[in-house]
Amino acid sequence: MGASFIYRELAGPSPRYWGLLALLGVPLALAAGAYFYMEHYGHIVTGMDNQIVWGVPHVFALFLVVAATGVLNIAMAASVFGKAVYRPVAPLSALVSLAILTGGLALLMLDLGRSDRMIVAITQLNPESLFALRVIFYDGFMASVGVYLWFLLERRMNRYIKPAAIVAFLWQLLLITTTGLEFGFNFRAAYDTLLYAPMFIAYAAAYGTAVFVLILFAVCAWEERPLPEALSGRLKKLLGISVGASLFFTVLFLGSKYELVRSREVARFFLFDGGVYTALLWLGQIALGAVVPLALLWRAQISRASLTAASALVVLGGLAQMYVTLIGGQAYPQILFPGMLESSSFFDGEIHPYTPSVPELLLSLGGVALAAALIAVALRALALLPERLDQAARAQA
Amino acid sequence: MNADGNEALSRRGFLAISAATLGGVMLAPGIRLIEIAGARAPEQGVSKQVRWGLLIDTNKCAPGCDDCVKACATENGLKQSGYTRTDAQWIRKVELKDKRTGRASSVPVMCQHCEHPPCVDVCPTGASFKRADGIVLVDRHICIGCRYCMMACPYKARSIVFEAITEQNPDVPRGQGCAEACTLCVHRVDREQQPACVEACTKAGHNAMLFGDLNDPHSEIAQRVAKYASTQIRADFKLNPGVRYQGL
Repeated sequence: MGASFIYRELAGPSPRYWGLLALLGVPLALAAGAYFYMEHYGHIVTGMDNQIVWGVPHVFALFLVVAATGVLNIAMAASVFGKAVYRPVAPLSALVSLAILTGGLALLMLDLGRSDRMIVAITQLNPESLFALRVIFYDGFMASVGVYLWFLLERRMNRYIKPAAIVAFLWQLLLITTTGLEFGFNFRAAYDTLLYAPMFIAYAAAYGTAVFVLILFAVCAWEERPLPEALSGRLKKLLGISVGASLFFTVLFLGSKYELVRSREVARFFLFDGGVYTALLWLGQIALGAVVPLALLWRAQISRASLTAASALVVLGGLAQMYVTLIGGQAYPQILFPGMLESSSFFDGEIHPYTPSVPELLLSLGGVALAAALIAVALRALALLPERLDQAARAQA
Repeated sequence: MNADGNEALSRRGFLAISAATLGGVMLAPGIRLIEIAGARAPEQGVSKQVRWGLLIDTNKCAPGCDDCVKACATENGLKQSGYTRTDAQWIRKVELKDKRTGRASSVPVMCQHCEHPPCVDVCPTGASFKRADGIVLVDRHICIGCRYCMMACPYKARSIVFEAITEQNPDVPRGQGCAEACTLCVHRVDREQQPACVEACTKAGHNAMLFGDLNDPHSEIAQRVAKYASTQIRADFKLNPGVRYQGL
């Protein structure tokens, strides 16, 4: 890390800071209530059923997990690929990555049918399961990013930053690739293509960069820490490239599903006949989540407000994408007998309805609030961000 | 002396009788329970020489007949709660109509007891498992209710228990938050009986379902699949289900 930076924790204790924590306490308390309600009565109080088995908590959890791997790109660009402009914000990137991954994993655990058996999930691993291996990937990711963050913060360990960053980078690649493959290896018509692996790498980059921009700007605005043009300019480019790549893979995915006769019906479902999923795909994921942000980012010089707006839209588009992928993919019927019309008491051959319940939504927002609270507490406890980010620009100039 | 000796003997005798009684009280229920549970000796355990399977003759399976579904529900204690979308269904009748020819057929679909079950592949804890004899089951003690098996099963065979269950069948323990599916009536198979659905179909005279050991060349099921054409649902997935269909 450059010696010219003075890292400072958030100032405090201030009524503003405690007010922020108290504000985050509201969704956390509501989520706790929702969890105990769902845990007590069972998933009958959710909108899920035997056809839509993963609901909104998984949408948020998956978004947070995917974004967590992408947020780390900023730190990896600095420490693995030597992009000096990102160096001062590398600790923030690692922290945000750990915090939102924690929020996502908490959601996954709290949405289990038997969340009282969390210890079983940790101690009994089926070595042949990709899903079980992911428990190891999550742990490895957290440990490697934790070590990397420690080396960044501990001056004596600064010389080992690069090897630690390379290890974290490999875990990051492993985690995001297998997240995509979970869909790629699934037999359902909406999944069943290895394109999910690179597509999720692009999604992670887009959502992670957008989340990072929003948090960086929020922290800098909170204490009026100056932000250099060079950094926001680079973040703008990174966001633009990531969103462009996401859109490319989305078009490639839908186009190839449509082009192949065997998967044309599911492509038609998403593109034209899917009701809420079609609307969320076109308006949420593609228009608001990709085309509008790209239009905003296109200009050579953009204001911080435009970059903030573009990032917020990418996050909303990302949530829409996860809803379409996860819920839409389950809503489309599983084809047991190709070429036949199917009907049964178990809703074979039908598009399955899903309406999220209030407890599900509260639990999901709790995952986001948990991540935000962890970031707020960590920034208050640890000196993770330079007092003046524009010092680097001056020092290097 | 004598009096003292008698006293000592009687004390010893008392202690011996007490110990014997206490031992009896402690051990007898255990012995009795072992007898009731009737656990098999290790050498009598399931063998991979056996591959249990079903053959369903769709020509004999009448549309609208749900004798097998009712028998399954009774045997396994599956009750209707009124919420059809969340009620567990271990076996269902799927009505089919060929889009090109209009030919209609009706088939029971349950867990297909695959040789390469995707539910087992994805289960994070190993709760989904395949017995040596090919029956795919869920260990309710370590199922965490993640529902990944339900996402992975291409046959939509699994359900999850959405709320607390009362009045269960002691042979078929179930639990809120755990995944479940057709067990091929493993508790009956282990007593050398037929699965409830097969028994009901046969008893009603339909004879559309046949249960047996696919690996035993002398079994009726093995001889029928060797003689007549049969198919597996989504054979293109290469999961080699133990349930085969005739006449589709």
